[in-house]
Amino acid sequence: MTALAELIRRDIKIALRVGGGALIGVLFFLTVTVLMPFAIGPDLALLTRLGPAILWLGALLASLLTLDRLFTADHEDGSLDLIVMGRTPLELACAAKALAHWLAAGVPLIAATPALGLMLNLDAAATSAVALTLLVGTPALTFTGMIGAALAVTLHRGGLLLAVLVLPLSIPVLIFGVAASQAAITGPLSFGTPFSILCALSLVSLVVGPFAAAASLRYGLD
Amino acid sequence: MRLSGRQIDCIRGGRSVFAGLDFEAFSGEVLAVVGPNGSGKTSLLRLIAGLLVPAGGTVDLEGGEAELTLPEQSHYLGHRDALKPALSVHENLAFWRDFLGGAAGDLSQSLAAVGLGHATYLPAAYLSAGQRRRLSIARLLVVRRPVWLLDEPTSALDTAGQDLFAGVMREHLAGGGIIIAATHTPLGIDARELRMGGAA
Repeated sequence: MTALAELIRRDIKIALRVGGGALIGVLFFLTVTVLMPFAIGPDLALLTRLGPAILWLGALLASLLTLDRLFTADHEDGSLDLIVMGRTPLELACAAKALAHWLAAGVPLIAATPALGLMLNLDAAATSAVALTLLVGTPALTFTGMIGAALAVTLHRGGLLLAVLVLPLSIPVLIFGVAASQAAITGPLSFGTPFSILCALSLVSLVVGPFAAAASLRYGLD
Repeated sequence: MRLSGRQIDCIRGGRSVFAGLDFEAFSGEVLAVVGPNGSGKTSLLRLIAGLLVPAGGTVDLEGGEAELTLPEQSHYLGHRDALKPALSVHENLAFWRDFLGGAAGDLSQSLAAVGLGHATYLPAAYLSAGQRRRLSIARLLVVRRPVWLLDEPTSALDTAGQDLFAGVMREHLAGGGIIIAATHTPLGIDARELRMGGAA
């Protein structure tokens, strides 16, 4: 257990230090949502209606932006070899790395949501609905994204490949994330239905992601 | 302990690197893998470390811990140093000690043993190539593993560093360890040679 805790601590520490890139995601998220009202115009009703979708899109792209470094950094400096050889099962190590990535890059996105909701004319209830769906949905983005990140390790410049592989997998998360937020704001659907499906998507990815990533790392090393 | 390989075939990128290779090494012994560039020295080490899958043949460790696989009982010191520039020397080493697990030695003692005692809190980004190598060697000391797989261990080390490393290896052998080292330069200790053929 200490091994996994240490791995999480190390990854968060690296992400938060200079050049770590944890803040790049938040900055990107901020830029997209701040520019949106300028592009759409001062129609407050329209902004409110599009708000949850804009926030979700921003969060999705922001999490993609930082994901491709999840394994490549460790692969380039040889750390990945030692992690594969170690006594900790690779599946657990992958899960720990994804968790660390979510804590360092995903949680700040959720924390920034209330401030950005203000920009999009969302009231308190709507903003908290979006934040709640992001809290439940972003782990699914990280854990499915991890599969693509693991596949991209062996290919140089796998960044684009990551987007192509991961985006289709994240479409359901996007659909139900936005649907749940909209349901909470305008109805007529109940909030519970899409929200439960979103939870289910996250739980499935928590289970499948580490195994798929570990398998592709084992196969891809050379 | 006896580490042996039988009839190992290695194919990389559709090309046979070596075929039908046999080797063995016993406790307290160094097996120096020598041969020209491209003869498969690194591939052999990575095969033993479990990082490459052999196309044929087997690698066995007899007399090790029954519940652990060979890679879990091995240290691998590759070309790349597995150091994070954002972390300090101390943090880098402490991470590997805690992550690799098993019997752990004293951290500051290991750093002192490789001559990095003065740089404990320096970020690894500021280390020279030789110092990075020394820090990797400290990893071998801080976590105990019976089998050491070393790929060009003395590259980037100065003469004093090479002497120091020879001492480190001697101590490991005296404790019953096995060392397999791919090398072009003499290691400074007695070693059995495994000569790899020219590029096939």
